Amino acid sequence: MIHLKNVHKRFQKPEGGWFDAVRDTSLHIRAGEIFGLIGFSGAGKSTLLRLINLLERPDSGSVTVDGQQLTALSASALRRARQNIGMVFQQFNLMANRTVADNIAFPLEIAGWQQADIDARVAECLDIVGLADRAQHYPAQLSGGQKQRVGIARALAPRPHVILADEPTSALDPKTTQSILDCLQDINARFGVTVVIVTHEMHVIRSICHRAALLDAGEVVEILTVQDKQVSAQSALAKSLLEVA
Amino acid sequence: MEELTWAQALANLSDLAPEIWQASLETGLMLGIGLTAAILLGGPLGVLLYLTQPGQLFAHRTVNGVLGWLVNLVRSFPFIILMVSLVPLTRVLVGSTIGPIAAAVPLSFAAIPYFARLVEQTLREIPRGVVEAAEAMGASPAQIIVKVLINEARAGLISSLTILTISFLSYSAVAGVVGGGGIGDLAIRYGYYRFQSEVMIAMVLLLVVIVQLIQFAGNRLAARLDKR
Repeated sequence: MIHLKNVHKRFQKPEGGWFDAVRDTSLHIRAGEIFGLIGFSGAGKSTLLRLINLLERPDSGSVTVDGQQLTALSASALRRARQNIGMVFQQFNLMANRTVADNIAFPLEIAGWQQADIDARVAECLDIVGLADRAQHYPAQLSGGQKQRVGIARALAPRPHVILADEPTSALDPKTTQSILDCLQDINARFGVTVVIVTHEMHVIRSICHRAALLDAGEVVEILTVQDKQVSAQSALAKSLLEVA
Repeated sequence: MEELTWAQALANLSDLAPEIWQASLETGLMLGIGLTAAILLGGPLGVLLYLTQPGQLFAHRTVNGVLGWLVNLVRSFPFIILMVSLVPLTRVLVGSTIGPIAAAVPLSFAAIPYFARLVEQTLREIPRGVVEAAEAMGASPAQIIVKVLINEARAGLISSLTILTISFLSYSAVAGVVGGGGIGDLAIRYGYYRFQSEVMIAMVLLLVVIVQLIQFAGNRLAARLDKR
Protein backbone atom coordinates (compact mmCIF):
# COMPACT_ATOMS: atom_id res chain seq x y z
CA MET A 1 0.00 0.00 0.00
CA ILE A 2 2.60 2.54 1.12
CA HIS A 3 6.22 2.05 0.15
CA LEU A 4 8.89 4.45 1.32
CA LYS A 5 12.19 3.63 -0.30
CA ASN A 6 15.41 5.13 1.05
CA VAL A 7 13.75 8.45 1.81
CA HIS A 8 15.96 11.16 3.24
CA LYS A 9 14.88 14.57 4.44
CA ARG A 10 17.05 17.33 5.84
CA PHE A 11 16.15 20.83 6.99
CA GLN A 12 18.26 23.92 7.18
CA LYS A 13 18.61 25.04 10.76
CA PRO A 14 17.84 28.72 11.50
CA GLU A 15 21.32 29.17 12.95
CA GLY A 16 22.89 27.55 9.86
CA GLY A 17 23.90 23.97 9.21
CA TRP A 18 21.61 21.04 8.47
CA PHE A 19 19.40 18.74 10.46
CA ASP A 20 18.65 15.27 9.10
CA ALA A 21 15.05 14.66 10.15
CA VAL A 22 14.69 11.35 8.30
CA ARG A 23 17.78 9.35 7.37
CA ASP A 24 17.73 7.01 4.39
CA THR A 25 14.66 5.18 5.64
CA SER A 26 12.60 2.44 4.00
CA LEU A 27 9.20 1.34 5.21
CA HIS A 28 6.34 -0.76 3.93
CA ILE A 29 2.83 -0.27 5.28
CA ARG A 30 0.27 -2.89 4.27
CA ALA A 31 -3.20 -2.23 2.92
CA GLY A 32 -5.86 -2.16 5.64
CA GLU A 33 -3.59 -1.97 8.65
CA ILE A 34 -3.33 0.66 11.34
CA PHE A 35 0.32 1.51 11.44
CA GLY A 36 1.91 3.60 14.17
CA LEU A 37 4.95 5.87 14.00
CA ILE A 38 6.28 6.30 17.52
CA GLY A 39 9.29 8.02 19.03
CA PHE A 40 10.36 10.94 21.17
CA SER A 41 10.14 14.56 20.02
CA GLY A 42 12.49 15.20 17.14
CA ALA A 43 12.74 11.51 16.22
CA GLY A 44 11.41 12.33 12.76
CA LYS A 45 7.99 10.68 13.01
CA SER A 46 5.94 13.65 11.84
CA THR A 47 8.34 14.33 9.01
CA LEU A 48 8.14 10.71 7.94
CA LEU A 49 4.33 10.92 7.91
CA ARG A 50 4.41 14.14 5.88
CA LEU A 51 6.71 12.45 3.38
CA ILE A 52 3.91 9.99 2.58
CA ASN A 53 1.69 12.64 0.96
CA LEU A 54 4.67 14.79 -0.02
CA LEU A 55 3.77 17.70 2.26
CA GLU A 56 7.51 17.35 2.66
CA ARG A 57 9.34 16.31 -0.46
CA PRO A 58 12.20 13.89 0.23
CA ASP A 59 15.69 15.00 -0.81
CA SER A 60 16.25 11.48 -2.09
CA GLY A 61 14.36 8.22 -2.28
CA SER A 62 10.88 7.43 -3.54
CA VAL A 63 7.35 7.36 -2.14
CA THR A 64 4.74 5.01 -3.58
CA VAL A 65 1.13 4.99 -2.41
CA ASP A 66 -1.54 2.72 -3.89
CA GLY A 67 0.81 1.68 -6.68
CA GLN A 68 1.45 5.29 -7.71
CA GLN A 69 4.93 6.69 -7.33
CA LEU A 70 4.12 10.12 -5.90
CA THR A 71 7.67 11.38 -6.16
CA ALA A 72 7.46 11.03 -9.94
CA LEU A 73 4.15 12.88 -10.42
CA SER A 74 3.54 16.34 -11.85
CA ALA A 75 2.02 18.96 -9.56
CA SER A 76 -1.52 18.41 -10.88
CA ALA A 77 -1.26 14.61 -10.81
CA LEU A 78 0.01 14.84 -7.24
CA ARG A 79 -3.03 16.95 -6.30
CA ARG A 80 -5.31 14.24 -7.69
CA ALA A 81 -3.37 11.54 -5.84
CA ARG A 82 -3.67 13.52 -2.60
CA GLN A 83 -7.46 13.46 -2.91
CA ASN A 84 -7.07 9.76 -2.19
CA ILE A 85 -5.02 10.32 0.98
CA GLY A 86 -6.85 11.87 3.91
CA MET A 87 -5.02 13.71 6.67
CA VAL A 88 -5.91 14.45 10.29
CA PHE A 89 -3.94 17.01 12.31
CA GLN A 90 -3.07 17.57 15.94
CA GLN A 91 -4.45 21.13 15.81
CA PHE A 92 -7.45 20.02 13.68
CA ASN A 93 -6.80 22.75 11.09
CA LEU A 94 -10.47 23.30 10.37
CA MET A 95 -11.64 26.38 8.49
CA ALA A 96 -13.11 28.72 11.09
CA ASN A 97 -15.45 30.48 8.66
CA ARG A 98 -17.03 27.30 7.35
CA THR A 99 -19.67 25.29 9.14
CA VAL A 100 -18.98 21.71 10.16
CA ALA A 101 -20.85 20.47 7.08
CA ASP A 102 -18.96 22.84 4.78
CA ASN A 103 -15.62 21.80 6.27
CA ILE A 104 -16.41 18.18 5.43
CA ALA A 105 -17.64 19.23 2.00
CA PHE A 106 -14.37 21.02 1.22
CA PRO A 107 -12.34 18.07 -0.15
CA LEU A 108 -15.36 17.05 -2.25
CA GLU A 109 -15.70 20.54 -3.73
CA ILE A 110 -12.04 20.38 -4.61
CA ALA A 111 -12.48 17.01 -6.26
CA GLY A 112 -15.32 18.46 -8.36
CA TRP A 113 -18.25 16.48 -6.94
CA GLN A 114 -21.86 17.41 -7.79
CA GLN A 115 -23.64 19.33 -5.03
CA ALA A 116 -26.25 16.59 -4.44
CA ASP A 117 -23.52 13.96 -4.04
CA ILE A 118 -21.62 16.26 -1.69
CA ASP A 119 -24.69 16.77 0.52
CA ALA A 120 -25.36 13.05 0.71
CA ARG A 121 -21.74 12.15 1.46
CA VAL A 122 -21.40 14.90 4.11
CA ALA A 123 -24.50 13.60 5.89
CA GLU A 124 -23.07 10.09 5.77
CA CYS A 125 -19.71 11.17 7.21
CA LEU A 126 -21.39 13.23 9.94
CA ASP A 127 -23.25 10.08 10.94
CA ILE A 128 -20.09 8.00 10.98
CA VAL A 129 -18.39 10.36 13.45
CA GLY A 130 -21.59 10.95 15.41
CA LEU A 131 -21.98 14.68 14.77
CA ALA A 132 -25.15 14.80 12.67
CA ASP A 133 -26.67 17.35 15.06
CA ARG A 134 -23.72 19.73 14.70
CA ALA A 135 -23.77 20.13 10.91
CA GLN A 136 -24.56 23.85 10.94
CA HIS A 137 -22.28 24.76 13.84
CA TYR A 138 -18.99 26.56 13.35
CA PRO A 139 -15.74 25.01 14.65
CA ALA A 140 -15.46 27.67 17.37
CA GLN A 141 -18.67 26.28 18.89
CA LEU A 142 -17.25 22.74 19.25
CA SER A 143 -15.13 21.00 21.89
CA GLY A 144 -11.67 19.69 21.00
CA GLY A 145 -12.92 16.14 20.60
CA GLN A 146 -15.75 17.26 18.35
CA LYS A 147 -13.34 19.31 16.24
CA GLN A 148 -11.18 16.25 15.75
CA ARG A 149 -14.24 14.24 14.73
CA VAL A 150 -14.91 16.84 12.07
CA GLY A 151 -11.27 16.50 11.04
CA ILE A 152 -11.71 12.76 10.69
CA ALA A 153 -14.99 13.12 8.77
CA ARG A 154 -13.29 15.59 6.43
CA ALA A 155 -10.42 13.19 5.83
CA LEU A 156 -12.85 10.35 5.23
CA ALA A 157 -15.25 12.21 2.93
CA PRO A 158 -13.59 11.55 -0.46
CA ARG A 159 -13.42 7.80 0.36
CA PRO A 160 -9.62 7.71 0.60
CA HIS A 161 -7.65 4.50 0.77
CA VAL A 162 -5.27 6.00 3.29
CA ILE A 163 -5.68 8.33 6.26
CA LEU A 164 -2.59 9.96 7.76
CA ALA A 165 -3.07 11.08 11.36
CA ASP A 166 -0.45 13.42 12.84
CA GLU A 167 -0.72 13.16 16.65
CA PRO A 168 -4.52 13.31 16.39
CA THR A 169 -5.05 12.98 20.15
CA SER A 170 -2.17 15.01 21.57
CA ALA A 171 -4.33 18.10 22.10
CA LEU A 172 -7.10 16.12 23.81
CA ASP A 173 -7.81 14.84 27.32
CA PRO A 174 -7.50 11.07 28.03
CA LYS A 175 -11.21 10.29 27.76
CA THR A 176 -11.63 12.15 24.49
CA THR A 177 -8.41 10.53 23.26
CA GLN A 178 -9.94 7.10 23.64
CA SER A 179 -13.10 8.05 21.77
CA ILE A 180 -11.08 9.48 18.87
CA LEU A 181 -8.93 6.33 18.75
CA ASP A 182 -12.08 4.22 18.73
CA CYS A 183 -13.42 6.33 15.89
CA LEU A 184 -10.27 5.75 13.81
CA GLN A 185 -10.36 2.05 14.58
CA ASP A 186 -14.01 1.87 13.59
CA ILE A 187 -13.31 3.53 10.25
CA ASN A 188 -10.41 1.15 9.62
CA ALA A 189 -12.55 -1.88 10.42
CA ARG A 190 -15.65 -0.79 8.50
CA PHE A 191 -14.12 0.68 5.37
CA GLY A 192 -10.71 -0.99 5.25
CA VAL A 193 -8.94 2.38 5.19
CA THR A 194 -5.23 2.10 5.88
CA VAL A 195 -4.40 4.38 8.82
CA VAL A 196 -0.95 5.72 9.61
CA ILE A 197 -0.82 7.39 13.00
CA VAL A 198 1.97 9.41 14.59
CA THR A 199 2.17 9.39 18.36
CA HIS A 200 4.58 9.65 21.25
CA GLU A 201 2.38 7.48 23.47
CA MET A 202 2.75 3.72 23.61
CA HIS A 203 -0.86 3.66 24.79
CA VAL A 204 -2.03 4.70 21.31
CA ILE A 205 0.01 1.94 19.69
CA ARG A 206 -1.28 -0.67 22.09
CA SER A 207 -4.85 0.47 21.80
CA ILE A 208 -5.41 0.50 18.02
CA CYS A 209 -2.28 -0.29 15.97
CA HIS A 210 -1.48 -3.56 14.25
CA ARG A 211 2.15 -2.65 13.79
CA ALA A 212 4.33 0.36 14.47
CA ALA A 213 7.73 1.72 13.55
CA LEU A 214 9.85 2.95 16.42
CA LEU A 215 11.90 5.93 15.31
CA ASP A 216 14.99 7.52 16.78
CA ALA A 217 17.16 10.25 15.29
CA GLY A 218 15.48 9.90 11.89
CA GLU A 219 15.86 6.14 11.60
CA VAL A 220 13.60 3.15 12.13
CA VAL A 221 14.97 1.33 15.16
CA GLU A 222 12.45 -1.48 15.21
CA ILE A 223 9.12 -2.61 13.77
CA LEU A 224 6.82 -3.39 16.69
CA THR A 225 3.94 -5.79 16.36
CA VAL A 226 0.84 -5.67 18.52
CA GLN A 227 -1.17 -8.74 19.42
CA ASP A 228 -4.07 -8.68 21.87
CA LYS A 229 -3.01 -5.23 23.06
CA GLN A 230 0.47 -6.56 23.85
CA VAL A 231 3.43 -4.91 22.17
CA SER A 232 6.35 -7.19 21.48
CA ALA A 233 9.64 -5.33 21.37
CA GLN A 234 13.35 -6.14 21.32
CA SER A 235 15.22 -2.84 21.42
CA ALA A 236 16.15 -1.08 24.64
CA LEU A 237 14.44 2.10 23.43
CA ALA A 238 11.16 0.28 22.87
CA LYS A 239 11.35 -1.30 26.28
CA SER A 240 11.96 2.06 27.92
CA LEU A 241 8.91 3.49 26.13
CA LEU A 242 6.85 0.53 27.27
CA GLU A 243 7.88 1.13 30.83
CA VAL A 244 6.81 4.78 30.72
CA ALA A 245 3.42 3.83 29.36
CA MET B 1 -16.46 91.26 10.25
CA GLU B 2 -20.21 91.17 10.82
CA GLU B 3 -21.72 89.07 13.54
CA LEU B 4 -23.14 85.89 11.98
CA THR B 5 -26.50 84.76 13.33
CA TRP B 6 -27.60 81.13 13.39
CA ALA B 7 -30.40 81.97 11.02
CA GLN B 8 -28.03 83.59 8.56
CA ALA B 9 -25.60 80.65 8.74
CA LEU B 10 -28.33 78.13 8.06
CA ALA B 11 -29.69 80.24 5.21
CA ASN B 12 -26.20 80.39 3.66
CA LEU B 13 -25.82 76.65 3.95
CA SER B 14 -29.23 75.99 2.48
CA ASP B 15 -28.34 78.23 -0.48
CA LEU B 16 -25.26 76.05 -0.91
CA ALA B 17 -27.21 72.79 -0.70
CA PRO B 18 -26.91 71.95 -4.42
CA GLU B 19 -23.16 72.55 -4.28
CA ILE B 20 -22.82 70.46 -1.13
CA TRP B 21 -24.68 67.65 -2.84
CA GLN B 22 -22.47 68.00 -5.91
CA ALA B 23 -19.33 67.99 -3.74
CA SER B 24 -20.52 64.86 -1.94
CA LEU B 25 -21.02 63.10 -5.28
CA GLU B 26 -17.53 64.11 -6.37
CA THR B 27 -16.04 62.79 -3.16
CA GLY B 28 -18.01 59.58 -3.65
CA LEU B 29 -16.73 59.27 -7.19
CA MET B 30 -13.08 59.80 -6.19
CA LEU B 31 -13.42 57.26 -3.40
CA GLY B 32 -15.32 54.80 -5.58
CA ILE B 33 -12.66 54.78 -8.28
CA GLY B 34 -9.77 54.71 -5.79
CA LEU B 35 -11.24 51.86 -3.76
CA THR B 36 -12.16 49.84 -6.84
CA ALA B 37 -8.59 50.13 -8.09
CA ALA B 38 -7.34 49.19 -4.62
CA ILE B 39 -9.48 46.06 -4.50
CA LEU B 40 -8.90 44.94 -8.10
CA LEU B 41 -5.15 45.63 -8.23
CA GLY B 42 -4.05 46.07 -4.62
CA GLY B 43 -5.89 42.94 -3.48
CA PRO B 44 -4.09 40.54 -5.83
CA LEU B 45 -0.82 42.37 -5.14
CA GLY B 46 -1.34 41.80 -1.42
CA VAL B 47 -2.07 38.10 -1.99
CA LEU B 48 1.10 37.84 -4.06
CA LEU B 49 3.14 39.64 -1.36
CA TYR B 50 1.84 37.09 1.14
CA LEU B 51 2.29 34.00 -1.01
CA THR B 52 5.87 34.84 -2.00
CA GLN B 53 6.99 35.10 1.62
CA PRO B 54 9.36 32.41 2.89
CA GLY B 55 7.48 29.25 3.84
CA GLN B 56 4.39 30.12 1.78
CA LEU B 57 2.95 28.53 -1.35
CA PHE B 58 4.99 30.52 -3.89
CA ALA B 59 7.92 31.40 -1.63
CA HIS B 60 10.32 33.48 -3.74
CA ARG B 61 12.82 35.79 -2.12
CA THR B 62 13.50 37.97 -5.16
CA VAL B 63 9.89 38.48 -6.25
CA ASN B 64 8.86 39.19 -2.67
CA GLY B 65 11.75 41.61 -2.21
CA VAL B 66 11.05 43.54 -5.42
CA LEU B 67 7.29 43.77 -4.78
CA GLY B 68 7.85 44.86 -1.19
CA TRP B 69 10.31 47.49 -2.30
CA LEU B 70 7.93 48.89 -4.93
CA VAL B 71 5.07 49.03 -2.45
CA ASN B 72 7.27 50.87 0.06
CA LEU B 73 8.48 53.23 -2.64
CA VAL B 74 5.01 54.42 -3.60
CA ARG B 75 3.95 54.54 0.02
CA SER B 76 6.90 56.77 0.97
CA PHE B 77 5.63 59.65 -1.18
CA PRO B 78 3.71 62.30 0.72
CA PHE B 79 0.34 62.24 -1.03
CA ILE B 80 0.49 65.82 -2.25
CA ILE B 81 3.85 65.15 -3.93
CA LEU B 82 2.56 61.93 -5.46
CA MET B 83 -0.33 63.92 -6.95
CA VAL B 84 1.93 66.50 -8.49
CA SER B 85 4.38 63.94 -9.85
CA LEU B 86 1.55 61.99 -11.44
CA VAL B 87 0.17 65.00 -13.31
CA PRO B 88 1.68 63.87 -16.66
CA LEU B 89 0.31 60.35 -16.25
CA THR B 90 -3.08 61.72 -15.26
CA ARG B 91 -3.15 63.89 -18.38
CA VAL B 92 -2.43 60.83 -20.54
CA LEU B 93 -5.01 58.63 -18.81
CA VAL B 94 -7.86 61.09 -18.32
CA GLY B 95 -7.03 63.89 -20.77
CA SER B 96 -7.31 66.48 -18.00
CA THR B 97 -5.75 67.18 -14.64
CA ILE B 98 -8.76 68.68 -12.90
CA GLY B 99 -12.01 67.16 -11.73
CA PRO B 100 -12.75 64.14 -9.57
CA ILE B 101 -11.82 61.58 -12.23
CA ALA B 102 -8.39 63.14 -12.69
CA ALA B 103 -7.92 63.24 -8.92
CA ALA B 104 -8.86 59.56 -8.76
CA VAL B 105 -5.64 58.67 -10.64
CA PRO B 106 -3.19 59.59 -7.85
CA LEU B 107 -5.73 58.39 -5.28
CA SER B 108 -5.77 54.96 -6.93
CA PHE B 109 -2.01 55.01 -7.22
CA ALA B 110 -1.70 55.54 -3.47
CA ALA B 111 -4.54 53.20 -2.54
CA ILE B 112 -3.19 50.15 -4.40
CA PRO B 113 0.01 49.63 -2.35
CA TYR B 114 -1.74 50.72 0.83
CA PHE B 115 -4.42 48.06 0.44
CA ALA B 116 -1.85 45.48 -0.70
CA ARG B 117 -0.03 45.85 2.63
CA LEU B 118 -3.29 45.63 4.58
CA VAL B 119 -4.25 42.45 2.71
CA GLU B 120 -0.82 40.94 3.31
CA GLN B 121 -1.03 41.66 7.06
CA THR B 122 -4.54 40.23 7.27
CA LEU B 123 -3.64 37.01 5.48
CA ARG B 124 -0.73 36.47 7.86
CA GLU B 125 -3.19 35.81 10.65
CA ILE B 126 -4.51 32.64 9.02
CA PRO B 127 -2.90 29.63 10.72
CA ARG B 128 -0.41 27.94 8.39
CA GLY B 129 -1.92 24.57 9.27
CA VAL B 130 -5.25 25.45 7.67
CA VAL B 131 -3.55 26.15 4.35
CA GLU B 132 -1.50 23.00 4.77
CA ALA B 133 -4.66 20.94 5.32
CA ALA B 134 -6.03 22.24 2.02
CA GLU B 135 -2.75 21.35 0.30
CA ALA B 136 -2.92 17.86 1.77
CA MET B 137 -6.44 17.49 0.38
CA GLY B 138 -5.15 18.28 -3.10
CA ALA B 139 -6.41 21.86 -3.43
CA SER B 140 -4.88 23.88 -6.27
CA PRO B 141 -3.26 27.25 -5.55
CA ALA B 142 -6.31 29.04 -7.02
CA GLN B 143 -8.65 27.05 -4.78
CA ILE B 144 -6.47 27.76 -1.76
CA ILE B 145 -6.49 31.51 -2.49
CA VAL B 146 -10.24 31.80 -3.04
CA LYS B 147 -11.70 29.09 -0.81
CA VAL B 148 -9.23 29.20 2.05
CA LEU B 149 -7.22 32.42 2.28
CA ILE B 150 -9.84 34.97 1.27
CA ASN B 151 -12.70 33.16 2.98
CA GLU B 152 -10.82 32.69 6.23
CA ALA B 153 -9.58 36.29 6.22
CA ARG B 154 -12.87 37.84 5.09
CA ALA B 155 -13.64 39.69 8.35
CA GLY B 156 -10.11 41.10 8.50
CA LEU B 157 -10.30 42.11 4.85
CA ILE B 158 -13.51 44.06 5.50
CA SER B 159 -11.81 45.81 8.45
CA SER B 160 -8.86 46.64 6.20
CA LEU B 161 -11.20 48.05 3.59
CA THR B 162 -12.85 50.18 6.27
CA ILE B 163 -9.49 51.62 7.30
CA LEU B 164 -8.60 52.26 3.67
CA THR B 165 -11.91 54.00 2.96
CA ILE B 166 -11.57 56.37 5.90
CA SER B 167 -7.94 57.21 5.12
CA PHE B 168 -8.81 57.91 1.52
CA LEU B 169 -11.78 60.05 2.42
CA SER B 170 -9.23 62.37 3.94
CA TYR B 171 -6.80 61.96 1.01
CA SER B 172 -9.61 62.86 -1.34
CA ALA B 173 -10.00 66.17 0.47
CA VAL B 174 -6.36 66.93 -0.28
CA ALA B 175 -6.91 65.91 -3.88
CA GLY B 176 -9.88 68.25 -4.00
CA VAL B 177 -7.80 71.28 -3.17
CA VAL B 178 -5.67 70.87 -6.27
CA GLY B 179 -8.65 70.77 -8.59
CA GLY B 180 -10.37 67.52 -7.76
CA GLY B 181 -13.54 68.95 -6.29
CA GLY B 182 -15.37 67.23 -3.50
CA ILE B 183 -16.19 68.08 0.09
CA GLY B 184 -12.68 69.16 1.05
CA ASP B 185 -12.51 71.51 -1.91
CA LEU B 186 -15.84 73.07 -1.01
CA ALA B 187 -14.72 73.58 2.57
CA ILE B 188 -11.57 75.37 1.42
CA ARG B 189 -13.22 77.53 -1.25
CA TYR B 190 -16.09 78.81 0.88
CA GLY B 191 -14.86 78.27 4.39
CA TYR B 192 -11.30 79.47 3.98
CA TYR B 193 -11.02 81.70 0.90
CA ARG B 194 -14.40 83.40 1.47
CA PHE B 195 -14.25 83.39 5.26
CA GLN B 196 -17.57 81.50 5.51
CA SER B 197 -16.67 79.60 8.64
CA GLU B 198 -20.13 78.03 8.80
CA VAL B 199 -19.40 76.20 5.54
CA MET B 200 -16.10 74.92 6.87
CA ILE B 201 -17.74 73.72 10.08
CA ALA B 202 -20.63 72.11 8.20
CA MET B 203 -18.26 70.28 5.87
CA VAL B 204 -16.13 68.99 8.73
CA LEU B 205 -19.28 67.83 10.53
CA LEU B 206 -20.43 66.11 7.34
CA LEU B 207 -17.08 64.27 7.14
CA VAL B 208 -17.32 63.30 10.81
CA VAL B 209 -20.73 61.76 10.18
CA ILE B 210 -19.53 59.93 7.05
CA VAL B 211 -16.50 58.51 8.88
CA GLN B 212 -18.65 57.31 11.78
CA LEU B 213 -21.07 55.66 9.37
CA ILE B 214 -18.31 53.92 7.40
CA GLN B 215 -16.67 52.62 10.58
CA PHE B 216 -20.02 51.47 11.98
CA ALA B 217 -20.95 49.64 8.78
CA GLY B 218 -17.47 48.10 8.52
CA ASN B 219 -17.55 46.85 12.11
CA ARG B 220 -21.01 45.38 11.72
CA LEU B 221 -20.19 43.57 8.51
CA ALA B 222 -16.87 42.24 9.83
CA ALA B 223 -18.54 40.96 13.00
CA ARG B 224 -21.20 39.18 10.98
CA LEU B 225 -18.64 37.51 8.72
CA ASP B 226 -16.33 36.45 11.55
CA LYS B 227 -17.07 32.93 12.80
CA ARG B 228 -13.76 32.36 14.61
